[in-house]
Amino acid sequence: MTIRDANDLLVLKGISKRYGGVKALQDVDFSCGRGRVHAVLGENGAGKSTLIKIISGVVQPDEGSMTLDGAAVSFRSPAAANDAGIVCIFQELSLMPDLTVADNISISSPPRKFGLIDAKAQRHRAEELLATIGCEDVNPLMRIRDLPLSRRQMVEIAKALGKKPKILILDEATSALTSSDVEKVYAMLARLKAEGVAILYISHRMHEIEALADDASVFRNGRHIETFKKGARSNDEIVQLMIGREISAHFPPKPAYEIRKPLLEIRNLSWENRLHDVSLSVGRGEIVGLGGLDGQGQKELLLSMFGVLKRVSGDVLIDGVAQKLNSPIAAKSAGGGIALVPEDRKTEGLMLPMSIAENLVIASLDELSSGIFVDETKVSNAVADAIQRLKIKIGSPDDAVSTLSGGNQQKVVIAKWLMTRPDVILLNDPTRGIDVGTKQEIYRLLRELADEGAAILFYSTDYDELIGSCDRVAILYDGRIISELQGDAINEKNIVAASLNIAGQKSEGGAHVGH
Amino acid sequence: MSATKHSDLGLRIRQNMGFSIAVLLFVIVYFLYHLAHPKGFSSQVLVQNSNEVFSLAMLAMAQTVPVLLGGLDLSVGAVMTLVDCLASHLLEGTGASVGFGIIACLFAGALAGFVNGCVVVFGRIQPIIATLATGAVYMGLALFLRPIPGGKINEDINWAMTNALGDFAETVGIFDDGKAAWFQPVAGVPTALVLLIIVALVTWVPFRRSVTGRTVYAIGSAEGAAFMSGLNIAGGKLAAFTLAGLFAGIGGIFMAIQTSSGNADIPMAGAYTLSSIASVVIGGTSLLGGTGGAIGSIFGTLILKVISFNFRVFDIAPLLQPLFEGLVLLAAVSLGALSILRVKNQLELFR
Repeated sequence: MTIRDANDLLVLKGISKRYGGVKALQDVDFSCGRGRVHAVLGENGAGKSTLIKIISGVVQPDEGSMTLDGAAVSFRSPAAANDAGIVCIFQELSLMPDLTVADNISISSPPRKFGLIDAKAQRHRAEELLATIGCEDVNPLMRIRDLPLSRRQMVEIAKALGKKPKILILDEATSALTSSDVEKVYAMLARLKAEGVAILYISHRMHEIEALADDASVFRNGRHIETFKKGARSNDEIVQLMIGREISAHFPPKPAYEIRKPLLEIRNLSWENRLHDVSLSVGRGEIVGLGGLDGQGQKELLLSMFGVLKRVSGDVLIDGVAQKLNSPIAAKSAGGGIALVPEDRKTEGLMLPMSIAENLVIASLDELSSGIFVDETKVSNAVADAIQRLKIKIGSPDDAVSTLSGGNQQKVVIAKWLMTRPDVILLNDPTRGIDVGTKQEIYRLLRELADEGAAILFYSTDYDELIGSCDRVAILYDGRIISELQGDAINEKNIVAASLNIAGQKSEGGAHVGH
Repeated sequence: MSATKHSDLGLRIRQNMGFSIAVLLFVIVYFLYHLAHPKGFSSQVLVQNSNEVFSLAMLAMAQTVPVLLGGLDLSVGAVMTLVDCLASHLLEGTGASVGFGIIACLFAGALAGFVNGCVVVFGRIQPIIATLATGAVYMGLALFLRPIPGGKINEDINWAMTNALGDFAETVGIFDDGKAAWFQPVAGVPTALVLLIIVALVTWVPFRRSVTGRTVYAIGSAEGAAFMSGLNIAGGKLAAFTLAGLFAGIGGIFMAIQTSSGNADIPMAGAYTLSSIASVVIGGTSLLGGTGGAIGSIFGTLILKVISFNFRVFDIAPLLQPLFEGLVLLAAVSLGALSILRVKNQLELFR
């Protein structure tokens, strides 16, 4: 079923890979061509990551062969793949936080003079590469540690470009970018395409794939299901290929809009120059979305309510009582309890080497202990309940949480907070990098929790999510709420217009979403 | 353009705050010391101070490299002692035999470091525990070489290395036996100080700018990312420990020359190891790895030593010295942590 022609740059034949008893890839044939953008689609655990790891030399296949430019190749390490012109921009950034931007960009083959690294040439090179993706604002002498996530990702891309790729692999590489950066990356990809570079593109954002891809391949359960040209399949068909079953609706039905008595009230919240006089309320049983362009203060708003930010001015009230939120400990017990599903599940959400069970109970150890000792019976009951409620797919609760797929890891984070039975649930982009099936389960769960009486404040970078699952949406711009939408007014046109702070100018807004 | 240059300098100073504070603190305290010393600002005092500082400065440089990887090397004191004992056997003779002896001692130090590296890399053992074990082995070898203190060092070398450049030139017979007119302005500079600067310039400066050096910093900063960037992780670690062994070896050779003997002194080896860690921290290198450098550690050593010098000139009860050194270490570490007070997003504390 694969499309084959003389233009193929990389061809994989009969590739299989097992991890222990799990078949990550089975007998996969795959090829990608010069000057084409090839989207790789599939749920988490479908085998996309393994495919990329094999192509980029991180792991070696058990069976099968790979040819590059007609010659058989096998890569023992990422360095070997790089030398052959295969460069991957990984989802987990491959940057060294204590080194400077210039150091990082030239890390594997720095310019040298008399055998030593030529700092000037290296800096020059960094400036040039950053300029090609419109990142002139990044000083190459800055340490990565001091850059925001979106800038780091651009540095990561510059680093990959510096290796002069023949095949460039982007694994969710745009997930942390701001919209203006995404456009620069698109322009860069178009240039590379014209130069004959083959691009493998992995993303969970359908509109990105629609905008970029020439071909798409769908993977499911470690098998290559189908490859087709752009436009040959509708979105619904693609989603169905990915999950292999009919899905009736993406989102659970919303209740009719009603004005509710506020459970959570935010009054005139300000912090540094990131939040200005933010006031918002969320009623019991209500899901309120936070929207807007990335980096407009949404994350800070959630963090301030969880007691992470210092010197926040303004009030947060729960059930009409002002709360003193100066630490996550205070937030956990404020009112009926506040929970935050954080931005980065790998560093802020989970203790990766600890077991699934330990991670699940870590926020509710107080309730699960008698005296100073943790009550193992209570723990195992609570863990079993959580795994059942969220349908977390695991081998044993004693396995390290790092062994789970991204979607299941996120479920563990959410389950961990549900165990504290919070009244107020804050979520920071909880579906980033997660497969479609798990996303839908999360939407359903949020609606259930709201129906049970929780107040939910939900930041998402995905407009469809805000439209499909929120009762009300507040759009932030430059640290201020500039628009609150409810009922039928929650639609793409309004959200985009408000996000760009151009309310009323419909035509300009539409172009930036890519639909 | 000059505006960017200016802000670049500011950026560099901010990025090396620990180092800048260490240098400033040393300059102030050392100036006070000379003011108070009856023979202050004289070559004689400088020579004495340099000799006292040299071996620990070498150990501090040695310790810096594994710390940059994110580990600790508990064997640096033992390697120094081992090479000290070896040197007390090999540096007795004259001429070529001494030259050969020094090369053999340097090689022994580097070899000890390389073995540490092998245990860490191929045994996949954490540096702190690997070097605790190998350090004990090296101490055992040192005791085998020198069951009781003794041995002898070529007297000319002892004289040349532990005095001023003028004496060095006279002993070696260069620059009209050190009497050349042009040579006089520098004749009073301590030989040990010059040697320290040469070692730093010849080894550390190129290492810092080599791909291997960059790899060491990268490993300490994010080992996984370094691996995914196609860097040679094993090579970087082996090089780091070998370089540490080499520095410790140079410290050992100087100690033998300075004391004209070899002494497998277990408590002293331990004390030197701990002081080397203190020097590294005071010099602004993060124990988590990835930031700092050996030049900072030299200044860390200078600060530690200047404290003990001051105890002598100000006639403070010597018993208070450990207490005072501890307070300075605490203060240095706290200064480095001052920036935490400005953090308004508590999550950043954990990044």
